[in-house]
Amino acid sequence: MILSPFFKVAFTLIGIIAVNIVSAQSEHMVTVKGGTYIPLYGVDSTAVTVEEFSMDVYPVTNKEYLKFVQEYPEWKKSTVKRLFADGNYLVNWESDESFGNQLADDAAVTNVSWFAARKYCECQGKRLPTVDEWEYAAMADKSNPDARKKESYNQLILDWYEAPKTFNNAIGSTFKNYWGIYDLHGLVWEWTMDFNSVLISGESRKDVDKDSNLFCGSAAVGASDLMNYAAFMRYAFRGSLKANYAIRNLGFRCVKTNGSNNKNLTY
Amino acid sequence: MKKIFNAGLLCLLVVNLIGCNTKNSTKTTAEKYQCPMHCEGDKTYDQPDKCSVCKMDLQLLAKNNKKEGEISELSIYNLPSKWTNQNNAEIQLKALKGDVLVMVMIYTSCQTACPRLVADMRGIEEQIPADKKDQVTLVFVSIDPETDTPQRLKEFAKENQMDSKKWVFLRGSEADTREFSAVLAVNYKKISPMDFSHSNIISVFDQEGELAYQQEGLGVNNKETVSKIIELVQ
Repeated sequence: MILSPFFKVAFTLIGIIAVNIVSAQSEHMVTVKGGTYIPLYGVDSTAVTVEEFSMDVYPVTNKEYLKFVQEYPEWKKSTVKRLFADGNYLVNWESDESFGNQLADDAAVTNVSWFAARKYCECQGKRLPTVDEWEYAAMADKSNPDARKKESYNQLILDWYEAPKTFNNAIGSTFKNYWGIYDLHGLVWEWTMDFNSVLISGESRKDVDKDSNLFCGSAAVGASDLMNYAAFMRYAFRGSLKANYAIRNLGFRCVKTNGSNNKNLTY
Repeated sequence: MKKIFNAGLLCLLVVNLIGCNTKNSTKTTAEKYQCPMHCEGDKTYDQPDKCSVCKMDLQLLAKNNKKEGEISELSIYNLPSKWTNQNNAEIQLKALKGDVLVMVMIYTSCQTACPRLVADMRGIEEQIPADKKDQVTLVFVSIDPETDTPQRLKEFAKENQMDSKKWVFLRGSEADTREFSAVLAVNYKKISPMDFSHSNIISVFDQEGELAYQQEGLGVNNKETVSKIIELVQ
């Protein structure tokens, strides 16, 4: 009984600290309002509903990632397990604790595997976005939540796909989209939680898009908007990835589900 | 006032403790150094120094000199995920260590490919020599953990006459399932409330949990898969 006021204080303080942590993490996040959209690959080309979520304004940078590996040494370049990251993991970093002077500290971290990206987000109390969330947020241009029909928007993305070495540009150097998010297009490609939900084929190099032996139900999956060539490339790229791949133009950012509504999220 | 301060400290401690819990979980084993000429046999040192006999610089020993019971880098036993089996028991994959594993990801309400995958698994099992059967465990991992409760998995096992020790049916959280599918390079997506698209891949893991072979497709010739398993249990 003597202890109970002590615990009351303790719990109040835990509450305050927790709130502080949450707000600190949300600083560089913005809310993306939920809605429906028709993704390139969907359920019989029907609309997908995306619940409201918060997304990082910028991709995770080298500097931020360095802090992470210092805190979680099992993710250092030399200690990471090969199951979780292949030999290209942080390959351009000078050493375990330095990314050297070839890479900018405010450039997006790349050469990170899906496992590493996922762990990073988890350790921030966040998670990786789903393909649907990412695509939903990324179809916005400066003024419209869905600019996919705009020729100029598609051209902008395709121009970037042709531009070399954008991975070392500073975050925030591309446009701010409708939601207030930067760099979804223009710097690096980004990991998604369910990147391996893309069923183009086991391996896109096999050049078969509906291998009904390899995939159950593959006939139901097809491109809904072949005009959207940029998105098609993203899906193809995701389909070619494996979770321990670390690639030079592939980074990530994190998201958070708003409120406690986690129910409808299918990874 | 002091009490509040103490409470604050305690809270900070608690917050730190419940932070991302993998911190320090894999303490890197201490680095060991050894004389490159083995002047003193296999004697090792904790510090870089010169060999007391031949005066050569001691060499850092490669870290992957696996000790008994240690898990290799590429082993799936590095995964910390927890699963529930058809008997409603909680297990980690590590519990399966030592056996050759044949794994496939399915969901029990699937009408198209999964019955064929189940048949493929049965076909593989039948070809394992009788005296080697106890060294092989065949594992089904559900990609629909919401529907595939342990009870459902149990029924499924019974329906398919697979309700014995060597057949393991697992379900986990959605996140762990996604992670595991990433390891197996199995792609899947929910395409309707009842159905999933998924890759049809059967994977063979060796006794250490490293991927040894993968068979892709349905009803394909499983000769190579079987010979790989037999090679592993020799």
